[in-house]
Amino acid sequence: MLASRSWLSRPFRERSTQIFLGVLLAALAAVTLLNLIVPAGHPLHVSTYTVTLLGKYLSFALLAVALDLVWGYLGILSLGHGAFFALGGYAMGMYLMRQIGDRGVYGDPVLPDFMVFLDWDSLPWYWHGFDMAWFAFLMVLLAPGLLALVFGFLAFRSRVTGVYLSIITQALTFALMLAFFRNEMGFGGNNGLTDFKELLGFDLRSDATRLGLFLASGLALALGYVLCRAIVASKLGRVSVACRDAEARTRFLGYRVERVQLFVFVVSAMLAGVAGALYVPQVGIINPGEFSPIFSIEVVLWVALGGRGTLYGAVIGALVVNYAKTVFTGVMPEAWLFALGGLFVVVTVLLPKGVAGLLASLRRRRDDGASETPAQGASS
Amino acid sequence: MRTIRSLVQGLLCLIVVSLAAPAALAAPEDDGRALLEALDTDSYAAKGEAVAAIAESGHPQSRAWLEALLDGKLQRQEDSGRFVVVLANRGRHWPVRDALSDEDLGEMSRRELDRIGINNALRGQLQNTLALLDLRAPDVSARREAARDLLGEVSSAMVEPLTALVEGEADEEVRRLLNQAIAIRRLERGDVEAVEALSGSLNASVRSALSAAARSDDAALAEAATQALAGIEQKQKLNDGIQTLYFGLSLGSVLVLAAIGLAITFGVMGVINMAHGELIMLGAYTTWGMQQLLPGQPGLALLLSIPAGFLVAALAGIVIERSVIQFLKGRPLETLLATFGVSLILQQLVRTLISPLNRTVVSPEWMSGSLMINEGLSLTLNRLFVLGFALLVFAGLMLVMRRTRLGLEVRAVTQNRAMARSMGIRATRVDILTFALGSGVAGLAGVALSQLTNVGPNLGQNYIIDSFMVVVFGGVGNLWGTLVAGLTLGVINQVLEPWAGAVLAKILVLVFIILFIQKRPRGLFPQKGRAAEG
Amino acid sequence: MNLIKEMASRDRVFDFMAPARSPVDVRHGPILYLEDVSVSFDGFRAINDLNLTIDDGELRCIIGPNGAGKTTMMDIITGKTRPDHGSVWFGSRHDLLTMNEPQIASLGIGRKFQKPTTFEALTVFENLELAMAADKRIWPTLTARLSGEARDRIDEVLATIGLAAHRDRPAGILSHGQKQWLEIGMLLMQRPRLLLVDEPVAGMTEQEMERTAELLTGLAGQQSVVVVEHDMGFVRSIARTVTVLHQGSVLAEGSMDQVSSDPKVVEVYLGTESDNMEDA
Repeated sequence: MLASRSWLSRPFRERSTQIFLGVLLAALAAVTLLNLIVPAGHPLHVSTYTVTLLGKYLSFALLAVALDLVWGYLGILSLGHGAFFALGGYAMGMYLMRQIGDRGVYGDPVLPDFMVFLDWDSLPWYWHGFDMAWFAFLMVLLAPGLLALVFGFLAFRSRVTGVYLSIITQALTFALMLAFFRNEMGFGGNNGLTDFKELLGFDLRSDATRLGLFLASGLALALGYVLCRAIVASKLGRVSVACRDAEARTRFLGYRVERVQLFVFVVSAMLAGVAGALYVPQVGIINPGEFSPIFSIEVVLWVALGGRGTLYGAVIGALVVNYAKTVFTGVMPEAWLFALGGLFVVVTVLLPKGVAGLLASLRRRRDDGASETPAQGASS
Repeated sequence: MRTIRSLVQGLLCLIVVSLAAPAALAAPEDDGRALLEALDTDSYAAKGEAVAAIAESGHPQSRAWLEALLDGKLQRQEDSGRFVVVLANRGRHWPVRDALSDEDLGEMSRRELDRIGINNALRGQLQNTLALLDLRAPDVSARREAARDLLGEVSSAMVEPLTALVEGEADEEVRRLLNQAIAIRRLERGDVEAVEALSGSLNASVRSALSAAARSDDAALAEAATQALAGIEQKQKLNDGIQTLYFGLSLGSVLVLAAIGLAITFGVMGVINMAHGELIMLGAYTTWGMQQLLPGQPGLALLLSIPAGFLVAALAGIVIERSVIQFLKGRPLETLLATFGVSLILQQLVRTLISPLNRTVVSPEWMSGSLMINEGLSLTLNRLFVLGFALLVFAGLMLVMRRTRLGLEVRAVTQNRAMARSMGIRATRVDILTFALGSGVAGLAGVALSQLTNVGPNLGQNYIIDSFMVVVFGGVGNLWGTLVAGLTLGVINQVLEPWAGAVLAKILVLVFIILFIQKRPRGLFPQKGRAAEG
Repeated sequence: MNLIKEMASRDRVFDFMAPARSPVDVRHGPILYLEDVSVSFDGFRAINDLNLTIDDGELRCIIGPNGAGKTTMMDIITGKTRPDHGSVWFGSRHDLLTMNEPQIASLGIGRKFQKPTTFEALTVFENLELAMAADKRIWPTLTARLSGEARDRIDEVLATIGLAAHRDRPAGILSHGQKQWLEIGMLLMQRPRLLLVDEPVAGMTEQEMERTAELLTGLAGQQSVVVVEHDMGFVRSIARTVTVLHQGSVLAEGSMDQVSSDPKVVEVYLGTESDNMEDA
C-alpha cells in the first residue's frame, strides 16, 4: 500500500507500533464479536451501550495522542486542546444538524430548531455547505487546523513558550467557550447542537451504526497513532525533541523552530478535531462545555498519567482515567473530583513519567544488569 | 381666571409669611373640623381660601388633607357629615379613615360618600401649596427632594413665594435647586438671563426646558440655550466617562486583588498556582463563617475577617507548598497540573462540608448605599471600599517587599536563586513564607469579593483565568505591572461593555491579551537583563 | 502515493521554494565585519562603537574582563540581539542585521554557547545528524533519509571529536568536556564558514583542554574561528591574533605578546587577572 521506504511506512517496522496496533485491532475485533455473536444476557456479552462508551474512550484516546505529540515531543503544553476537539465536534455537529432536515420539532426544512426558536429567517453564511458530508468532514480538519495555524503563527513567531504559552492557550479556549455560549454566534448557545438523527444515511440510534462508529474511532486512533509515530520517528521528530530541549541551539543549527512548532501544532490540532468529530455522533450532543478549560486540563492529566512522550502512554491514560470516571460518577459521584484532584497531585509528584515510565523502569529492574538508560530528558 | 390667580398669589404670600413664624400650637379637633368645613362649599374661590387656611394652620394633618383633596380622596359621609380620607377607590366599597381622628372606619359604600371637588386652578394651587409645605420641612434631604421635584413644575404664581423662600433657606443645595426651578419658569417666559442659572445642570427637566428654548424664535435666546445645552452635554459625557472609569477601576481593583498574590508566587517561585482561585474562595468563606459566628454584627465580622481570611488562606498555602509544590521545584508546568488537582479537591471539599449552593454574605450598613457626587453621578460605597482596600493591600505588599528582610530575601531569590542560596539565604524558608504571603493575599481578595458577589464553591474558578491574564499582561515578577495591568484591563472591559455586551467585552479583552503577548511576550513591564533570559 | 511524493518534493517543483543561498563573498577581504556597533540594555552600554574584522580562515581569540561585551557581541552576530546602530556584514554581500538566527546559521555561521547545549534526550549520533548541513525546511526534514555518505560524514566527525565509542548513547550522560566536544562536532557538521566559540574550555581538565586546543587549531584555515575565552593559558596556546574588549569596544589588538605588554590592557585586564580567576 505504502512505498516501503516512505517516511509514513517507518512506524510499521517498529516493534512498539506493531504491538500497539496488534493489541488495538485485537481489542476492536473482540468487542465486535462479543457484541454481535454472544447473545444478550450472557455474562460475556458487550452491550451496545458499552460499545458506544468504549467508542467515546477511543475518541478521547486520539485526543490524548494529539496532545502528547505537542507536549511530549515538542514541549508545548497546550491547555487549550479541548478547543480543537470541540471545533471538530461542532463541524460534525453542524453536518448532523443539517441532516435532520424537516424532522426537527419545528419541521423547518433548512433551519435547525434552535434558529427557528430564535426567530432567524435564514441560515447564517457559515452554516452553508454543511449539508454536504465531504465539506463538513473537510471542515473537521480545517476549522481546528486553521485556528491552530493562526494562533500558532502568532505565538511561535514571537517566541511565546513555556508557561506563557500554556496560559494563553487556556485563555484561547476560555474565550471560545464564552463565544459559543452566546446565542448570537449561531451554534445553539448553551444547549449546543443535539437531537441528531442520522450520519451518512445511517440511523444514529441503530446498534449497527453505533458499532460502526466504535470501529471508526478505533481505526482513526490507529491511523492517528501511526501518523504521530511516523512524525516522531522522522528527522523532524528529532528536531522537535531538539526544539523542546534546547530551542536556541536548534535555531543556531539553522532550523526554523517556529515552523517546526507550527507544523506539529497544526497536525495535532487536526487530529484533535477528528477525535471531536468521532465523539459527537456517539454521545449525541456537542455544547460549549467541551471548550471549558477544565476539560483541556483533564486531557493533560490523561497524558501525564500514561506517560508523556510515549504516545501509547497517552492512550493508556485516556482509557484508564475515563473508565475510572465512568465507574466513580456511577457509584459515588461526589468522590470523583476528590479522586481526579488526587490523581493530578499523585501523578505529578510521584509518577512524573507516568505509567509508561513505571513500566519501563519495572522492565529495567527485571532485566537488571542491562546498561542504565538515562532519563528521557523531558523537562518542562 | 386672572382674579383667581392673583388671589392665589396673595394667599401664597400670606402662607409664606405666616409659616415663617413659629407654627401654631397643636390645634384641637374642633379647629380641624372648622378648617375642613370651610372646604365644603360650592364656591371655588372660597375653597381656595379654605386651602390657604389649612396650609396656614400648621395642623399636623394638614398635609394629608391637602394631598387627599388633590387626589379627590377627601370625602364627606353624607349621613354623618364626617370627613374621611379614602384609602383606595376601586370597586364599590372603599376602605376609609377618619380625616380628623385618623381612625380606621372600615369600608364604606361609595354611595354614602360625597367627594369634595376641585377645579384646575385649585389643583394648581394645591400642588404649589404642597410643594411649599415640603420646602419647609425641617429635614434637609426632604427639602432637597421637594426642590428637585419642583424643577419644571413651577407656575408663575409660585415664582414670588419661591424667591422669598430662597432668601430664608440655609442649605445651599436647596437654594441652587430653587433658583434653577425659578429660572426654568423664567426661561419659559423667554428670559435670556435665566439661561445662565441653568447652565451646567444635569437635571432632565432643565435640559428639556433648555432644548425647548433652543428651538424658540428668539434668536438670542435660542443661541444662549444651545450653548448651555452643549455645555451640559459635555458635562454629561464627562460624567459618563467618570462613571465608566469608576466601574472599570472597581473591576480592575478586584482583578488586582485576585492577581497580586499570584504575581508573588508566580514571579518569585515560578510556581503556577492553579489553586489560587480556591484560596480566594477560602477567604470569602472565612468572611461568611465569621458572620455566622457573630450574627447581627456584620461590620465587626467583616473587620475580623480581614486577618482571619489572610491566616486561613496563608495556612492553606503553607500546606499546599509543603505537601505538593516543594517536590516540583523548577518544573512550572508540573506545578500547574498538581495545583489544579488541589483546586479540584478544595472545591469539592467546600461542596461536601458546607454546601454546593451559594452563600450570601451581608454587607455592613456603612458599606451599602452610594456616594453622590452630583446629579448624574453616584458611586456605590462597597465598590469604593474594595478599590481602597485593593490599593491598601498593594501598598502593604510594596512595603513588605521593599522594607523588610523578607522582601529583600524574596527579591534576591527571584533574581538568582543559586546565588541567594550561596549567600546564606534559606531559600526553602523564603519559599514557604512567599507562598504563605501570596496565599494570604488571595484570602484578602476573597474577603473583599464576598462584599461584591455571592460566595460559592466556584467563586475562585471565575477569577483564575483573569488573574493569570493580569499577571501575564503586567509582566511576571513585577507588582507595579500587576497593578497597572489589573486596572487597565478593568477599565478596558468597562469601556467595551456598553457597545459589545459583557460577554463579548470579555472575549475581546482575552483576544487583546493573546495578541498583546505576541507583541510583548514578557508583558508590560518585563524583567530585564541577562538573568531574565534564563 | 504519487500525491505524497509530489508534495514531498514540491520545493523542487516550485522555484520560489528553493533556498536562496548565495555563497559568501570574501573576495574583497574579511569574512566578518562589524562597524560602529552599539547596543544598550536599560541604559547600560553593553557594546559601544565596536569595530572588528575577521579574515577568512583566521583563528581569533577575544578576551576581556567580565561584562566587556563578549557574549553580547556574539548575540549580535548570530541575530539573537539587534544592535541600536552600526552594521554587521558577513563577507561583502550579506547584511546580517536583516536576517534572523536560522538564516544566519544557514549562511554558515555556527555558534557554540558558553554553557554546553546539546540535545540531551537524543543520542550523540542524532545530535550530529540534526546539525548536518541539509535542507532544513519542514517537508524535506520530515521525509529525510540518511544516505550512506552522510553516515560516513557523521562517523568521521565522531572520530575527530573522539566520541565514536559513545555514538548511540544519549548526549545527556556525557561528561561536561564531552558535551563541549559534541557541540564543536555539531558545528563541524554544519560546515560553517565562521565558527563562534564561547568559552570552550570552561570546566575542563588539563588534558581535555589540550585536546580542545588541537581541535580548534585544526579547524582554522578551512574555517574562520572566533574564540571567546577567559583562560589566559589556553588563549596563549592557540592564539595568533588576540583582540581585547573592554567596556564594549576594542581596547587593543595584536599578537598575545603585543597585547599583554600593552599598558592599557595590563591596567584593565591582566592586572586584575587574579581577581578574574577567582570570579570564574
